[in-house]
Amino acid sequence: MVAPQIKVNGKETPISPAAPHTTALDFLRERGLTGTKEGCAEGECGACSVLVARPGVNKPTDWVAVNACLVPAAALDGQEIITSEGLATPGADGTAPTLHPVQEEMAVRGGSQCGYCTPGFVCSMAAEYYRPDRCGPCGSSKAESNGHADAAAEADAEHGPNGFDLHSLSGNLCRCTGYRPIRDAAYAVGAPTAEDPLAQRREQAAPEPVATTYTQGDSTFVRPATLAEAAQLLRERPDAVLVAGSTDYGVEVNIRSRRDDLVVAIDRLPELRELRVGDDHIEIGAAVTLTEIERRLDGSVPLLADLFPQFASRLIRNGATLGGNLGTGSPIGDSPPVLLALEASLVLAGADGEREVPLAEYFTGYRQSVRRPDELIRAVRIPLPLSQVTAFHKIAKRRFDDISSVAVGFALDIEDGVVRKARIGLGGVAATPIRALAVEEALEGKAWTAENVEAAAQVLKAQGTPMNDHRASSEYRSAMLGQSLLKLYAQTTEAVPS
Amino acid sequence: MSHLSERPEKPVVGVPLPHESASLHVTGHALYTDDLVQRTKDVLHAYPVQVMKAHGRITKIDTKPALDVPGVVRVLTGADVPGLNDAGMKHDEPLFPDEVMFYGHAVAWVLGETLEAARLGAAAVEVELDELPAIVTVAEAIEAESFHGARPNMVTGDVDAGFAESEHVFEGEFTFAGQEHFYLETHAALAQVDENGQIFVQSSTQHPSETQEIIGHVLGIPSHEVTVQCLRMGGGFGGKEMQPHGFAAVAALGAKLTGRPVRFRLNRTQDLTMSGKRHGFHSSWKIGFDAEGRIQALDATLTADGGWSLDLSEPVLARALCHIDNTYWIPNARVAGRIAKTNTVSNTAFRGFGGPQGMLVIEDILGRVAPKLGLDAGELRKRNFYTPGQGQTTPYGQPVNHPERIAVTWQQVEENANIAERKREIAAFNAAHPNTKRGLAITGIKFGISFNLTAFNQGGALVLIYKDGSVLINHGGTEMGQGLHTKMLQVAATTLGIPLEKVRLAPTRTDKVPNTSATAASSGADLNGGAIKNACEQLRERLLQVAASQLGSSAADVRIVEGVARSLGSDKELAWDDLVRTAYFQRVQLSAAGYYRTEGLHWDAKSFRGSPFKYFAYGSAATEVEVDGFTGAYRIRRVDIVHDVGDSLSPMIDIGQVEGGFVQGAGWLTLEDLRWDTSDGPNRGRLQTQAASTYKLPSFSEMPEEFNVTLLENATEEGAVYGSKAVGEPPLMLAFSVREALRQAAAEFGPAGTSVDLASPATPEAVYWAVESARGAAKSTGGAELPADASALSHA
Repeated sequence: MVAPQIKVNGKETPISPAAPHTTALDFLRERGLTGTKEGCAEGECGACSVLVARPGVNKPTDWVAVNACLVPAAALDGQEIITSEGLATPGADGTAPTLHPVQEEMAVRGGSQCGYCTPGFVCSMAAEYYRPDRCGPCGSSKAESNGHADAAAEADAEHGPNGFDLHSLSGNLCRCTGYRPIRDAAYAVGAPTAEDPLAQRREQAAPEPVATTYTQGDSTFVRPATLAEAAQLLRERPDAVLVAGSTDYGVEVNIRSRRDDLVVAIDRLPELRELRVGDDHIEIGAAVTLTEIERRLDGSVPLLADLFPQFASRLIRNGATLGGNLGTGSPIGDSPPVLLALEASLVLAGADGEREVPLAEYFTGYRQSVRRPDELIRAVRIPLPLSQVTAFHKIAKRRFDDISSVAVGFALDIEDGVVRKARIGLGGVAATPIRALAVEEALEGKAWTAENVEAAAQVLKAQGTPMNDHRASSEYRSAMLGQSLLKLYAQTTEAVPS
Repeated sequence: MSHLSERPEKPVVGVPLPHESASLHVTGHALYTDDLVQRTKDVLHAYPVQVMKAHGRITKIDTKPALDVPGVVRVLTGADVPGLNDAGMKHDEPLFPDEVMFYGHAVAWVLGETLEAARLGAAAVEVELDELPAIVTVAEAIEAESFHGARPNMVTGDVDAGFAESEHVFEGEFTFAGQEHFYLETHAALAQVDENGQIFVQSSTQHPSETQEIIGHVLGIPSHEVTVQCLRMGGGFGGKEMQPHGFAAVAALGAKLTGRPVRFRLNRTQDLTMSGKRHGFHSSWKIGFDAEGRIQALDATLTADGGWSLDLSEPVLARALCHIDNTYWIPNARVAGRIAKTNTVSNTAFRGFGGPQGMLVIEDILGRVAPKLGLDAGELRKRNFYTPGQGQTTPYGQPVNHPERIAVTWQQVEENANIAERKREIAAFNAAHPNTKRGLAITGIKFGISFNLTAFNQGGALVLIYKDGSVLINHGGTEMGQGLHTKMLQVAATTLGIPLEKVRLAPTRTDKVPNTSATAASSGADLNGGAIKNACEQLRERLLQVAASQLGSSAADVRIVEGVARSLGSDKELAWDDLVRTAYFQRVQLSAAGYYRTEGLHWDAKSFRGSPFKYFAYGSAATEVEVDGFTGAYRIRRVDIVHDVGDSLSPMIDIGQVEGGFVQGAGWLTLEDLRWDTSDGPNRGRLQTQAASTYKLPSFSEMPEEFNVTLLENATEEGAVYGSKAVGEPPLMLAFSVREALRQAAAEFGPAGTSVDLASPATPEAVYWAVESARGAAKSTGGAELPADASALSHA
């Protein structure tokens, strides 16, 4: 067996002697690759963004940007990553490197001031540069953008004329530029050339997951090869911590100095990686990343399509999974209100087999659920057909990449002006995500009119017991519950920006 | 045209260039202080022992348990300080305190072989204290009369007579929040001891000379035994003007005591909980207007939240007072200032340095009272502008030069942004959309340039020409992303008359240029540019003599342009490299120390009068926002700015400063929400928003969807290097237009002429309550009652 190693900028690099909890960020920096920066150590600023070769949606391999501060280095055993240093082509004999097209645009357009966030922006931007379906018809022509409305108008407020999705940079913070030159750089990049080695790399298969057991001292990181192995391990070691994208656990490690004896990575288990659209339900593997779900469903579940752009950032969605979001049991996770409205159920798997639990019965208390310590979430099932009127309203201070103060998922069937069925999921109003049963009842069988909606909004406003904290006052949270239904009504009856 | 402002033929200044380190930034090769750790052997890691109580006297510190942690090498406490146990210039800031003054105060530092060992060691140190009552908010400080430092009074005219003659008099209060710098690179330093026992500290500092001075006094050694270097900073914004010194002194102390390199880098939580921020303020005011809406009198008291020690609070307060007039002539004014002493971090410099706070007070007043005067807020503002030829002075007695630029930038913004037509479009949009409203506001700025304290207005440089013709410049300013080094390269190339590629810049070090001022107050380019120009002029004069003898003419007739010396009216040429080599063999000195002092400044802090500023920077901004009436959420749809940077030294850099400053200002006024635990619970005084996940900076979603920045043309400033003006701070205050546009949009939900009070920051929640108040809570079924608890209203 090969000792755990990562191919960094084309060079195999042993993970040892890093501790099993050591982040990819610290691993890289300790090996002298200091272009990757720590800005927050909780996946908020993106200064640590690097590219990882992952199984692709449209090609064999996608270059995916992730927060290196959240991913344990051990989780990248056998994988390939590229840092900002690796994007440039080294000059011969110590001469200046040739900049990557993304780096070139950032440099010449004033995209860097202090430069500290820049390598992370460059990596996030490069991932979008290599997204196979980004460019469409724009080919290799170099789009011009001056940052004014006329250029951007060709696409929309959040997409460049070159197909560049601004949301790919939603997980990167810059304190200096005000972002305009960065947007200009993003909207100016052309298409990769045929000779571009990273573009070519997309045509080959991504590295396979490597079964890993990496121990230093009392601490071990394990990546089992199969679900059966994982289940057996969980049975033997109830103290094991399950991680997928590590987007929550990484924060615990960095900010709260959490250390565990055994961490078990389940994000590449094949049994958790399937996405199937059946006749009566859609089954989404618990370890399919949110980005993969978003791209593979491609808008076919409108409520999920509503959710994803508001769920953290692209950098987080590239690692985060539904299994993780439900597994942490946070009352302010963004997916539960939506999945509750969709009447989803969870498939829990253990050494003794599987069982299916409706999500509405899954949570039992603050960060607690019916899942036993020796079980893991294998998949999420969404029943078909879907309701026609759906919306996800998330209340937060910032539009991109924020944590909700309250969130509401709606799924309504309205026929001939009458609400036949209403399913409403709420986050941020109680110790667990909840269904707004009283509101559903208040709406069902009633005409979809302003009067009835206002009455139901009064009921919705009184749901749960929202807290008063630094994100929002309890009064505001309650008000927003009611307002969310009024806004939905307005959206169905008049032109209201979403 | 003055000698200082005059540009030679084909100047390199004025050419748009990207940042001089742009290629290093994008490849990740640019080195920041903490990147050096990987290139240094045997480094020890320093980790703070923070006490999580807001106030208390320390009765015991037991370091023994830490020493039992494997890998812990030493614990630094007050007993280890050979010199002065103080981290500041006011001697009220013990480096190792006996009294915990704020939640998270570091009382000792642990040195470990690894960061993990140091962290575990810090957790093992046992600290006991007698808890004392804590004052957490400005309101509590005012109630308890807990103040420190100066109590300035700024008086002009006859305030009582002014009120007596006023047609309309309004009174009010306004409390607004501070702001976290959130430079992406947290505080960091790496200290080493050389073979001679001298201390070399690489620090992320805006003020290397003061870092050097404080390391010297903590270690009890003279300044010539300490060298401080700053390669570059990953952002500063004022947060690294005073605050790095104590941290660097801890690293230096550790290096001195162990003989090994010592590194510290605060993680984000530590940086947020240990370092000072922009001062939040309380203000109470009374203002009088004549029948036409012209200000007759202002009586105000500003109380800055200084935090636990003075740090820079006194000059910050002085600048706040000096900017309460903003662009408006206030004939009669009495403005008192005081500094609240609270058990929170020691608030410090932050881009604008009190200026934004002073200006926010008057802009908030005008925004609130305009509807009560029956005037459009923009019209009210215009009626009060300083006007040329009237002999108007500021409330502290300084004549206002170029006051016409206030109206000129405003008018250009109105034209560029097509304001008249857009106002009609907005009115139509608002009439058609009951639940979504747009607002448009224009605000202007006038910002004084120079340090209030006259002595700081000096700069130094050292320029070296090597005999191959290459040039190396050193100056006292630090690079934090603002593009100072780019501008300095352009200044040197311009003065010497050579291509930019001939000039390189050395890292900022205290052993090259001594006694430098902080790179602050937007003055970096003015002071250091003046000094570089001076050094290069000395060298040029010497070289012209050499060239004249070679070209057979007189020095007065020789010009060096694009690296070639020519004599007027002659075809003979002498290339720069040849000229330099000739000069060397003629034994002409090829290095020069440059120096610059800003002329014509005077300031009497006692009477609070004088002319502390060399000139004023002007600008105007028009912002359009759209507010969702259901939630209070909003978008910035379009921003148009015309800003006065004099004749720009480096237009791309300057536009970057304008845009970045504006968005940072918008962050302060809308999104960035410092929340402290003000309860009586066990975590009283704790910063609740102590992470990027809870303290939200502007991201792409806050960038104006359309963003047009224009630099004012034909704007030569006679009093600054090559006719330019300082740019670092002023644009931040253009973001008042965002806040005022939100106020306009909120008012649109109510009947015409609604006056709106808006909390600061104007978070979506704050805007929602403003909207609710505008439309009357009873009218909306889904809306909630306003919360009874005022603290829920953000900072209203």
